[in-house]
Amino acid sequence: MIKIIRNFAKRLFSGVFKKRGEVKLGFYGSPNAGKTSLANAICQDWLGEDLGTVSKVPHETREVQVKEKVVLQKDGKKVEFKLIDTPGIATKIDFEDFLKFGLKKKEAQERAKEATQGIIESIKWLDDMDAVIVLIDASINPYSQVNITILGNLAARKIPVLVVANKMDLKKSDIKKVRGAFPEYEVVGISAKTKNNLEEFYEELFKLIKKAK
Amino acid sequence: MVKKKKKAKKVKKADLTIHFMPYSEIAHEDTIPRIKKLMGLVLESRIVILQGKLRPEEETRLIENSMTLIGNIKGFQGIEIATVSNEGEDHSLFNRIRHNIARILVGEQDAITIIGPATVVKEMKQDPKKIELMLNRR
Repeated sequence: MIKIIRNFAKRLFSGVFKKRGEVKLGFYGSPNAGKTSLANAICQDWLGEDLGTVSKVPHETREVQVKEKVVLQKDGKKVEFKLIDTPGIATKIDFEDFLKFGLKKKEAQERAKEATQGIIESIKWLDDMDAVIVLIDASINPYSQVNITILGNLAARKIPVLVVANKMDLKKSDIKKVRGAFPEYEVVGISAKTKNNLEEFYEELFKLIKKAK
Repeated sequence: MVKKKKKAKKVKKADLTIHFMPYSEIAHEDTIPRIKKLMGLVLESRIVILQGKLRPEEETRLIENSMTLIGNIKGFQGIEIATVSNEGEDHSLFNRIRHNIARILVGEQDAITIIGPATVVKEMKQDPKKIELMLNRR
């Protein structure tokens, strides 16, 4: 009985907060897909500051990072959301992979341990999201089980999704492959690094946030 | 002084085992027993070929479970997983309805899922129609 009352109260409060405009926007994807780079680009454009550090070493983001109250204004339109950057999801972690990037054994082991915890945290946060941007590295095969699993989970939870094909500044990147792998989703091609095509991305972001409300 | 020649130890390598699991073996199981069953086989260094596929939330549970075991089970580095199905090939309304009815009646049998330990399976390359397994040299 207590559980039922608690669940009802939780739903009631979450409903009230949602109506006030607090949309939780999550950034999901594999490690090194460019989640933090895009989150930084948004925060730089609209808040004038970075959210987190980026690195070539996978699993740089090992804890969920939140930026409260990001406000986007464009052509008289305004959207507000809480930006949630999550650690990249992977199915395996070998500390020896980090040694190739010059990390010492102990550092690599610590990074691997933190990365596993980060992945668990990312998955747990899935339930709390109102809308999600799935970042896909367009320079590699997009049809990976991690991408399929993330998108499958979001579809099952009926969470609105925008697929972003990142790293379009690289020669081998191919947006057609991303669109071909996930034909049922809207795909926007960008480069978070060079900030290429962010205008189109913001257009789609407006639509996504509206869907989440 | 006569140096003792060290005899090179012959390390017995375990055979590669592929375990085929028909869908009926997990059809009536809940999420946790399903995951336990699959992880049990993976921890025995087996590559599991499952008829059908897991639900999305089961896939994430499997990943969570693997992450928990890394560092707690010596030598375990996680899993490789890939699914191939003909889902999404035909987007017509009739076929989607037909597929959903079949799924309700007989479960997610219309797919193949391969799960293996990352120490055995180096990489799984996949596209909507095929999966390629790259194994680690033993």
